Amino acid sequence: MQTEQPSTKQRQGVSPWMMGGAFLLLAGFLVFIWLGLQRAQAGPAVVGQPAPDFELTTFDGQTLRSEELRGKVIVLNFWASWCDPCAEEAAFLEQAWQRYVRREDVVFVGVAYVDSETEAKRYLAQHQVTYPNGPDLRTVISQAYRIRGVPETYVIDKNGRLTYIKIGPFVSVQEVVQVVEAALQ
Amino acid sequence: MKKWLWVALIVWGVLLGQAEVAAAQEPTPSDDEVNAVARQLYCPVCENVPLDVCPTEACKDWREQIREKLAAGWSEEEIKAYFAAQYGDRTLAQPPRRGFNWLAYLIPLALMLLGVGVVVRILWTARRSQSQAALPMVEEERLAEIESALRRQGE
Repeated sequence: MQTEQPSTKQRQGVSPWMMGGAFLLLAGFLVFIWLGLQRAQAGPAVVGQPAPDFELTTFDGQTLRSEELRGKVIVLNFWASWCDPCAEEAAFLEQAWQRYVRREDVVFVGVAYVDSETEAKRYLAQHQVTYPNGPDLRTVISQAYRIRGVPETYVIDKNGRLTYIKIGPFVSVQEVVQVVEAALQ
Repeated sequence: MKKWLWVALIVWGVLLGQAEVAAAQEPTPSDDEVNAVARQLYCPVCENVPLDVCPTEACKDWREQIREKLAAGWSEEEIKAYFAAQYGDRTLAQPPRRGFNWLAYLIPLALMLLGVGVVVRILWTARRSQSQAALPMVEEERLAEIESALRRQGE
């Protein structure tokens, strides 16, 4: 009878510590996957909601922070030099900017999405863009806005709320002016 | 005076020609060298496409960037760090060893160790049970010996 006892103990299988450790590991792994899925499935920026904050260092070395731009309508345009539709709307954005350049309550900001500095600067010179532009380093801003591609434009009102999202290029200066005016009201 | 001017022009022409030859002979990284770095990076725009096989114009530009940086004497690590700083960690084939990324390295290792532990445990248990199953056989032999000894005594 005594000889059977160890054998029964053996048949009980893995020790509770080992089981607990395995379950903890599995639980941790599942939590990690869940967090990743939550992040991946988080929806895009929504009109009417506060716009994600951003900080952009322009190609001129100027730092723009969305918090410091409160009280102004922000036209945040994502573009890239390798994107043909971006080139189509570049002139419309610049012409619209020229209408507001002397006003203190509107600012246009260009964000170069995954672009080399050389190509981006060449693009800006080619399209004679004069409003502030900078690279989206580590794609932090585009991730915050969860952009789906370029060009995309986000219009933020004076209180920091999104008032308009344009997926794709603007097709006229009037279209740009219209959304800025709507945000100003 | 005219003669000296001609000589000066000829010398200048020869020197200019030599400079051009020297410039042409400067080592330019080959496609293979560029691709050796590019295959360690992923297209920042396309999903899961290594940079060396990515067919888009943007990727061609990025490969040219790699060529320029190699020509400027940058190391592979410096180029990869530059791409990560510009376009994010997702451009790297291997996540950098920091923060949450450590999980990508530690979880497989932990699972492997767990697997080894389970296998060792199973083998050990099986060996123990085998040796315990063999015990009654030894006892039977011993019993047979005792029986035969008893029989001899009885005789």
